[in-house]
Amino acid sequence: MTLTHILVFTAAALLYLALLPARWRGWTLFAGSVIAIYWLQPSIRISRMDFIFPTATLALVVVSWLISREPDQKWSREDSIAAGILVILVLLLAFGRYLAPEYRITPSKPPPIFTVVLWLGVVIVAVALIHAAPVKLDLLAGFFILLILVVFAVLKTAPLAEEVSAWLREWQGQPTSLASATELEWLGFSYVAFRLVHTLRDRQIGRLPALTLREYTTYAIFFPAFTAGPIDRAERFLPDLQDLPGLEPSRLVQGGMRIMVGIGKKFVIADSLGYLSLSAAKAEQATSTGGVWLLLYAYAFQLYFDFSGYTDIAIGIGQLFGIKLPENFNQPYLRRNITVFWQSWHITLSNWVRFYVFSPLTRFLLTRKRRPAPNLVAFTGQMSTMIVIGLWHGVSWTFVVWGVWHGIGLFIHKIWSDRTRPYYIKLRTRPRTAKIIEIAGIIFTFHFVVLGWVWFALPDIGTSWDVFLKLFGM
Amino acid sequence: MQTWKWLYAPKTPFNWRFVRNVLIKTIILFVALNVVCVAADPLPALGKLSAYNPLLGGRERLPYGENPDAAYNLSLYQIDAMFASHTLAGTDKGNEYRVLLIGDSATWGILLEPGDTLTGQINANDYRTADGQPVRAYNLGYPTMSLTKDLMLLDYAMRYDPDLIVWPFTLQSFDRETQLDTALVQNNAERVQNLIERYDLDQDTDDARFVEPSTWDKTIIGRRRALADLLRLQLYGVPWTLTGIDQDYPADHAWRAVDLPEDNTWQGFKPDTFSPDELSFDVLQAGIQVAGDTPVLLINEPMFLSDGANSDIRYNFFYPRWAYDEYRQLLYQHSTDYGWTLLDLWDRLPGVDCYTDSPVHLTPECSALFAEIVGAAILEVAGTQ
Repeated sequence: MTLTHILVFTAAALLYLALLPARWRGWTLFAGSVIAIYWLQPSIRISRMDFIFPTATLALVVVSWLISREPDQKWSREDSIAAGILVILVLLLAFGRYLAPEYRITPSKPPPIFTVVLWLGVVIVAVALIHAAPVKLDLLAGFFILLILVVFAVLKTAPLAEEVSAWLREWQGQPTSLASATELEWLGFSYVAFRLVHTLRDRQIGRLPALTLREYTTYAIFFPAFTAGPIDRAERFLPDLQDLPGLEPSRLVQGGMRIMVGIGKKFVIADSLGYLSLSAAKAEQATSTGGVWLLLYAYAFQLYFDFSGYTDIAIGIGQLFGIKLPENFNQPYLRRNITVFWQSWHITLSNWVRFYVFSPLTRFLLTRKRRPAPNLVAFTGQMSTMIVIGLWHGVSWTFVVWGVWHGIGLFIHKIWSDRTRPYYIKLRTRPRTAKIIEIAGIIFTFHFVVLGWVWFALPDIGTSWDVFLKLFGM
Repeated sequence: MQTWKWLYAPKTPFNWRFVRNVLIKTIILFVALNVVCVAADPLPALGKLSAYNPLLGGRERLPYGENPDAAYNLSLYQIDAMFASHTLAGTDKGNEYRVLLIGDSATWGILLEPGDTLTGQINANDYRTADGQPVRAYNLGYPTMSLTKDLMLLDYAMRYDPDLIVWPFTLQSFDRETQLDTALVQNNAERVQNLIERYDLDQDTDDARFVEPSTWDKTIIGRRRALADLLRLQLYGVPWTLTGIDQDYPADHAWRAVDLPEDNTWQGFKPDTFSPDELSFDVLQAGIQVAGDTPVLLINEPMFLSDGANSDIRYNFFYPRWAYDEYRQLLYQHSTDYGWTLLDLWDRLPGVDCYTDSPVHLTPECSALFAEIVGAAILEVAGTQ
């Protein structure tokens, strides 16, 4: 999201609050989100892909909605209207090919109308088939989760993404020699995928509330949270969407303040720290150990201010539109241990992985006939959780090592806290000692996290290891 | 959440009156700040506020960079900020024999690390004057060819109390038509116009190439780029301090041409259309006047002499032989007439391997040879003071 996007979204929110009657607000958020995902999508070097990716997002959302409906949920008139609006909006955006670039919503010229109509037809037929299919929705949901995860893995695995890029280039008649993994920039997919998996999985276990197509689509692609989260839950989002408030001073002040704070964090602090934060080149060029530490600290704070700034902006814009998105950060660098850190850093992702990886996995292990030792269960659960969080950022060994780093940290902390609990209980009578231990814990945890960023920030294990050694003067 | 308690659980609930007051105060503050910015240009004062020298290592050459992310350096137009970032601004003169080197990209040191530039090599040689004063040279070169740009920087640099000015140049810097083509000159219109008037230079103070900011350009919004550049200059100071890198060194670069075009013109002039008035010797003379009592050592830079195709009509890619020969003749004539101290080194480093991507950019080895010659001349001038 650029400053222009933020300004336009804020202005749109003010108009929305000032002019729209309550009954139009939900529909406006729905249509606005559809248009916004095309506008937010950055330009891609492979022809037409910056139109195809947002359209594919919509197709995935519609199919996912169809599969995750309640078994007895009928296709309503509202769903038909929402489907009609979706088709009309996609066609209108495709007509942008006849407009001058400065009047287009999409970053480049959309595909020919005939092609768009053809593909929309394919999606509509697929939707109709799924709707009429006698297959169990649970089974379809499982298949669709697998499909989403495969697409996710392909996009996040550099060699596979490069293969796909070459294939897409060939399809579009462009030189395949220029194919690169980085050009498959499918904006928002990481977040949309996790939202869709959440709804599909929750439908399988019967926890998902009934959502109309309009509600489901707005939830999945809600534009303030489209590019960088937070990953909201449908059952939390829905009540807000069904009761969108009008113009209120507190909402205006809170939303406006969050946006301003977010802009300050992202565009002033984080972008400034970006000039001096750790990179492979800078780490190699730095001439002193202290210098590498400085680069690493700058990276740690850049990452925090960048991400939490975006979250503040998303929450602020969401709040102006009447949706209270969940918090994603809670002073993570001031946490006294690594467990609490992970309850304060990218909270919605941690919760998601806890719900859909940690809990099912540990439940599975604990309900086996030959139940493993509790510590082994904890180790397996924490390690798997952290490796999944690592792989969510990209399928590479550096992210795996980063995940393992935190998995080990969480496990060691669990053992430590189990063994030292009586001592900490006694400490309640010695507040000064407790405070000193807390400060030491904060410093230790911060540095554990910061050292973990070495694996996260650098492109390969070799470079990360070299920097790691350099940090300790080796 | 604790972080946002002040916002979500305020002591007094936010009401429309609060919103109105915030908006009014914001508008008043914004307008007032912009008016102040227009009325009292804060850029020079802000430029002098520098993290370099007190917090970060001073730069060994003036900020210049076309690829800031790789160079940890950037080009900006704020002379105050440029000098404030330089190590010169943070060094007490003490007992040193202070030598300021001005000039073009050859002085600045394109493709050379700071220690390999002419300045760096002079300092590495650890010269001492006959009185035992340590010679300390400062690189104030800037990578564009214009004597007027050199003059502007020299005029500013005189506040640092130099003992000697060393001014290397080549014919290209003399072209009167292109004196004001440099962005640094165009964006410092007032300084240059002042010099034109003060020394009666043969340039037009109303030249359209000067950037004259409108009232809007003087607001905070209008100056946002300049303000951002000031901040970026400070931020790039950290990686500069940590790495000692202030230039993008490409893994490979194009080499100066050996085979030359069959072209007998220089800047559009032919031998029969060229007039000595096309060369800005008046700017050189103004420089001597700006220096006042401080001696100025003028150096005709060493340059690549090709023996490739068409080398019978051209010395190198820059110069046809007739133009350069005529320039040298005029240079000698002016030096004699005005009593300048001139070191003509044009052919002193003739090795083909001495020059990198341009006929005047030296390799580290040849830069060292150049420094030995210049160092000897510095000591000679210092001995006569």
